[in-house]
Amino acid sequence: MSTTKPVPDDADVRAGRLGDEQIASNFADMHPPLTKSEAIIDADRCYFCYDAPCTTACPTGIDIPGFIQKIRSGNIKGSAHTILSENIMGGMCARVCPTEVLCEQVCVRNTHEDQPVRIGMLQRYATDPIFKDSIPLFERAPGSGRKVAVVGGGPAGLACAHRLAMLGHGVTVFEPRQKLGGLNEYGIAAYKTPDEFAAREVEYILSIGGIEVRTGVALGKDFSLADLRAKHDAVFLGFGLAGVNGLGLEGEQLEGVVNAVDYIATLRQENKARLPVGRRVVVIGGGMTAIDIAVQSKALGAEQVTMVYRRGQEHMNASRYEQEFAQIRGVGVRTWSVPRRLLVSDGRVRGVEFESSRLSTDGKLEGTGQTFTLDADVVFKAIGQKVLWDRLGDAAEFVELKGERIVCDEERKTSLPGVWAGGDCVFGGEDLTVSAVQDGKLAALSIDRFLKDQGVRGK
Amino acid sequence: MADLTTTFLGIKSPNPFWLASAPPTDKAYNVNRAFEAGWGGAVWKTLGEDPPIVNVNGPRYGAIHGNDRRVLGFNNIELITDRPLAINLSEIRQIKRDWPDRALIVSVMLPMNEQSWAKYVPMIEDTGADGLELNFGCPHGMSERGMGSAVGQVPEYIQQAAAWCKKFARVPVIVKLTPNITNILPAAKAAKDGGADAVSLINTLNSIMRVDYDNLTIYPATDGKGSHGGYCGPAVKPIALHMVAEIARSRETAGLPISGIGGITDWRDAVDFLALGATTVQVCTAAMVYGFKIIDDLVDGLGNYLDQKGFASVHDLVRKAVPSVTDWQYLNLNHVDKAWIDQDLCIKCGRCHIVCEDTSHQAITQTVNGARHFEVIDAECVGCNLCVSVCPVESCITMRPMTSGIDPRTGRAITSVKADWTTHPNNPGRKRA
Repeated sequence: MSTTKPVPDDADVRAGRLGDEQIASNFADMHPPLTKSEAIIDADRCYFCYDAPCTTACPTGIDIPGFIQKIRSGNIKGSAHTILSENIMGGMCARVCPTEVLCEQVCVRNTHEDQPVRIGMLQRYATDPIFKDSIPLFERAPGSGRKVAVVGGGPAGLACAHRLAMLGHGVTVFEPRQKLGGLNEYGIAAYKTPDEFAAREVEYILSIGGIEVRTGVALGKDFSLADLRAKHDAVFLGFGLAGVNGLGLEGEQLEGVVNAVDYIATLRQENKARLPVGRRVVVIGGGMTAIDIAVQSKALGAEQVTMVYRRGQEHMNASRYEQEFAQIRGVGVRTWSVPRRLLVSDGRVRGVEFESSRLSTDGKLEGTGQTFTLDADVVFKAIGQKVLWDRLGDAAEFVELKGERIVCDEERKTSLPGVWAGGDCVFGGEDLTVSAVQDGKLAALSIDRFLKDQGVRGK
Repeated sequence: MADLTTTFLGIKSPNPFWLASAPPTDKAYNVNRAFEAGWGGAVWKTLGEDPPIVNVNGPRYGAIHGNDRRVLGFNNIELITDRPLAINLSEIRQIKRDWPDRALIVSVMLPMNEQSWAKYVPMIEDTGADGLELNFGCPHGMSERGMGSAVGQVPEYIQQAAAWCKKFARVPVIVKLTPNITNILPAAKAAKDGGADAVSLINTLNSIMRVDYDNLTIYPATDGKGSHGGYCGPAVKPIALHMVAEIARSRETAGLPISGIGGITDWRDAVDFLALGATTVQVCTAAMVYGFKIIDDLVDGLGNYLDQKGFASVHDLVRKAVPSVTDWQYLNLNHVDKAWIDQDLCIKCGRCHIVCEDTSHQAITQTVNGARHFEVIDAECVGCNLCVSVCPVESCITMRPMTSGIDPRTGRAITSVKADWTTHPNNPGRKRA
């Protein structure tokens, strides 16, 4: 018998809760790719709708019946071209798009038989061979001699850079991290994009040529917006959301309270078996990041993972499909609960006290006065992100903001001439990879018009 | 359930479903399995002279696929039986002995000389088979040797060969016709004039399935080369139905019993053939695609249909639709149909709109009051049935006759008076109304 007195409430955060094999299995491809037979069977289900609802629902406007028809005919390269010409990250979007609330939600098959064509899976089927074998589908136009700076190497920036390069312009991408890809590389749940797909996609995008990449340099630290404007014909801002919203509770800086996005970034880059994970994990938030951290904590071996959201399930940003996925993976979900207090001892978090909530008669969220406590070895904050304006130097001074995000017009022009923006740092966006890609694409087309127009006037 | 027993040329079978002369009826083993499964009869795979022909040792079949790789069209280059005559005759004898209640017909293909018929017909009859079917139809291989469709394409040959066969046969003789002609009637009439008791149709159509996209050769191929084969399966059914109906309604061939063949897969296909003039039907492709078990649906599907229609027997259905087949010139040009879309069934795929918009009469909306909504514009609709044909939802779009009022497309009043092309003012050769 041990003479040491057990410390039952001691924080239990450690690596290696599961064996390597179990971890590998837990992080395996969430949806294994379709076989050829499966793809043909599903493609056969597409009705080739006119003015197809799925295409309308796609933020990048991919001609979905068109690419599916090409799968049916065995024209896989043509199918991939149809997809990637509208959305150069069609490979990643095939993995991470919430298709259940976009293209697949409006598939007319739902009316017919409550089962849409698996558009996302078909998109992956068509695009996988292109990235696997690096099959070139796009060519650069002759060099225009014009230079564009792209700030941020995430989906918006890369989509913008690729389109600009295609149109013949010279592009420099500035990225503070060591790798390009943004949330595709550092943010998305690992089981959605295994086998370094994000990196392969980046490599494919860059292979078009004409894109110079400068990593490890940051706007506001290594250069200013004014510098960029002086040295380039146009600037695209796609620096995303580097900051994390706080809970506004005392003790937030203590050990055990972790930004979900930071943890996921580490998880994406490090050996998962060596990542410390809590035995009891509380995730605060109701969006995709909350789902991703909750499911991945479970996958790393956490015994109890509870996702807590202040409003109802129907208000969560995560789609119903994602919520159910989390529940299937063993995540508990508690709604209508607002975090009120972090329970702290010995300089680290031990739990969270929540107050039950409801909507008041005038539709505002209010506490009911009833409280409960969840023990936690780790508390993840996943209640949204924000632009860290104070670190971006002069940028905030020049462009018009709303809700701390950049205001753009339909072409993704900011208030500042010669400066465009897109992705999560823009006001009114949808916080989706696919929307960021569309922003980048639209901005590139607008920049191209601007540069050509300038060229004409220059003559 | 209605009586499915069929009597054709005095030959009884428990149902009108016979296996056509083809690979499924080449051996006792297969025919035995078919009869165990419930097939009403079988036409034994075509016998020829001894020594038997030889087949290629490579692909004999090719297919055109629809969704889910369903076989829509099928082709073959297999010749008549490649087994010695004596083996076939002994197996036919055994099968007839084992299955006395089933119709067992033997298909025959012989050269154009009387001696051959004199020699082989009695040998075949001696098996106890119920009848003979003369294969004047196969378009591949044997036709190069002056048999099969080479006979069936020349009415004089049909008549001559039928006459020779009838001269030596005591059992009923059916002439199987080739569709590789421009008009089926002279062939059918020739069979009748030669003394044949009935015709069966159609045999297969000349066809090449496709090319091999890697090698750019015909596909399927034998050692890099291929030959046209006989095309069959669901895709040929409309061609067969037309030919059956022509024989059934023509004054010169009316009353000639018909065994219908061509793409029959389920009981509805059988209803098509029976109502258009056939008394029995023969099936090959469906069995070769799905196995003999499809007989279950054929039999009880037809039985349930007959019950629902109040028909006591298969014979009550025969020819029921023949009077509705006419020449174009007799169609009532005063009749007006308009398409109608059932909005409760519409899944809003927009296919009806785009095909009407792109290829027809711009008679279906895309949006109404800004919302996606597909609705027929009566003022443009000519009642062509294109939208009905392409709509993925059965019964969502239907044709509705206008019975009164004004046709908004033509501005003309709907009338119950019939008027056809023979009396139409635009017809230079019109008759007086």
